[in-house]
Amino acid sequence: MISFQEIRRSFLVSVWFMFLTFPIMVIRVNTVEGEIEWRWQNLLIVGVGSFFLSFVWRYFIKKQETGKKKVEAGEIDKIGLSRRIFAQPKFYLPALIAISVFALVFPFIFSMYQTNIMITGLIYVMLGLGLNIVVGLAGLLDLGYVAFYAVGAYSYALLNHHFGIGFWAALPIGAGVGVLFGILLGFPVLRLRGDYLAIVTLGFGEIIRLILENWNEFSFGPSGIANIPRPSLFSIQLSLHNATIYLYYLMILLVLFTIFVVNRLQDSRIGRAWIALREDEVACEAMGVDRRKTKLTAFALGATWAGMAGVIFAAKTTFINPASFTIWESIIILCIVVLGGMGSIIGVILGAFVLILLPEYLRAFSEYRMLIFGGMLVLMMVFRPGGIVSDVRRTYKFAGLQNNKEENL
Amino acid sequence: MTPILEVKGLSMDFGGLRALDQLDLDVKEGEIVALIGPNGAGKTTFFNCITGIHPPTEGDMLIAPPGKKKQERVNGLKPNHLTERGLARTFQNIRLFPNMTVLENVMIGRHCRMSSGILGAIFRGRGTVREENEVVRESYVILEKIGLAGFVNEFAMNLPYGAQRRLEIARAMATEPFLLLLDEPAAGMNPQETKELDDLIIWIRDNEKISILLIEHDMKLVMSLSDRIFVVDYGKKIAQGTPEEIKYNPAVIKAYLGEEVDA
Repeated sequence: MISFQEIRRSFLVSVWFMFLTFPIMVIRVNTVEGEIEWRWQNLLIVGVGSFFLSFVWRYFIKKQETGKKKVEAGEIDKIGLSRRIFAQPKFYLPALIAISVFALVFPFIFSMYQTNIMITGLIYVMLGLGLNIVVGLAGLLDLGYVAFYAVGAYSYALLNHHFGIGFWAALPIGAGVGVLFGILLGFPVLRLRGDYLAIVTLGFGEIIRLILENWNEFSFGPSGIANIPRPSLFSIQLSLHNATIYLYYLMILLVLFTIFVVNRLQDSRIGRAWIALREDEVACEAMGVDRRKTKLTAFALGATWAGMAGVIFAAKTTFINPASFTIWESIIILCIVVLGGMGSIIGVILGAFVLILLPEYLRAFSEYRMLIFGGMLVLMMVFRPGGIVSDVRRTYKFAGLQNNKEENL
Repeated sequence: MTPILEVKGLSMDFGGLRALDQLDLDVKEGEIVALIGPNGAGKTTFFNCITGIHPPTEGDMLIAPPGKKKQERVNGLKPNHLTERGLARTFQNIRLFPNMTVLENVMIGRHCRMSSGILGAIFRGRGTVREENEVVRESYVILEKIGLAGFVNEFAMNLPYGAQRRLEIARAMATEPFLLLLDEPAAGMNPQETKELDDLIIWIRDNEKISILLIEHDMKLVMSLSDRIFVVDYGKKIAQGTPEEIKYNPAVIKAYLGEEVDA
């Protein structure tokens, strides 16, 4: 079963890894004593470890490929496990109930720290679902999505600072300003696609951040805006603990609202036009879809959620400055969409939790945290290139129609 | 009778290259017209001009939907506006929406005949639901006519080649055109599929009352289908007429069919 060739390949892999990790794993300069320590046992561990891991790696790759072949040959049903689960109420109803109950009692059984992390996770779910409209459905690679997030956060912070506008009034305003900026970005990039679009949106995101950082009179520069009020419940000021719990439930509701809207949009006339635009722009236009309108609505509706998420973010942290809205945030949100599965709502939700909660819970691994995180991302993309849950299109049944026809005959 | 499509002196320059030179063409209601010519003659460019993908450099394009006397000049209109006015096309290399289902592909064709907007989609009012149901039904009916009803929920990319070609025609028909532009519909088909296509095109013309302008290399198909043929070479029209006339036209034989053809 294990041929000489395979052993040779694994051997080469392990030699290569030993060579690569040699400077960091083996050599250590002791600056106090002024001498070099040679940790040869590390070299051995790396060598043996990578030797065996390469076997495991090839085994899984092979398994995946045979699976693919079987699907192509029609031997096994290509409907994945996740899809089969979602298709059966017997499975997903109890799961749904369990998740809802868990979500409802979460803030009472876990610490405030956990609740806060979960709020952040939910904010990213909302951002992911918003970006999913632009990237996942309409296929417009937007690397400046964080700009809308920043715009939402700053509109609440500034309106509150200057005019004392409360959270509830700021939420729709944030969404509205998001739409405005979405259209503002949409117009110049109407003609662009692919890489060019990505670069321009990247620039747009940076422009917004640089404006916020440098226009001191307007945005208070890098020092940011502090003392942003948390959301109030019928104008009652809540304690920090209660406010967190309140914000948590608020976020749950908003995420449900987002899911509801995005789900309805997906299977509508406009949603289909977005997907068609993603699939083939020329054909889409030739089939009578207005490209300009479709692109602009995608940008505008995507930005709405970022604007709202921004307002909530400002209310949650009570302090914002431009450092929260760097390109890194855009990348993370994009990763959520790609890792979760482009165009799939459940996928994006899972993606958001994996990407936001995982680094938090990996804190136990201290300095290896990001290494493990990065490794998991690479593994995910190798073994599930379509994302955690790939996009499922709606199916229609025509039993009734066919029967009618037969009766007529 | 006013032609439903009339093209006068159409020219198209790509930089210094004149791809189309003073081309005239017309299609009358209920006709099947073929546009033929050697590779690189400018046939697809001509299609791209009529369907709004390239705005032509010179010339006029006039359309007059059946029943309307007045012609409308449609130069420089966007593809989607031309589709709204009743021109629909297919592509030389199939351009379906591969990750959408067959039904959804056809439903996209209905897009420009629908009206519900964002709010309609979110609140799903009675009007939107009715429109949506109607579109599903109409799209299904079209698929049934074309013979693809068995594939409704398949992804377009999983269809066999011939079925993909037919789906492209179904999608174009869903836009309710009065003129269907087919860019090499028989490319890559076997004789059996070509025969079926032949029947389908005739059927579309007779039963759906859609006139047809097609580009094709399969001479047998062109000769059996077309009422009239236009021949282009190097962007210029070198001949026009019935299949019989074209067959024996010396200019065509020289430029296109070669000297030995006696078919």
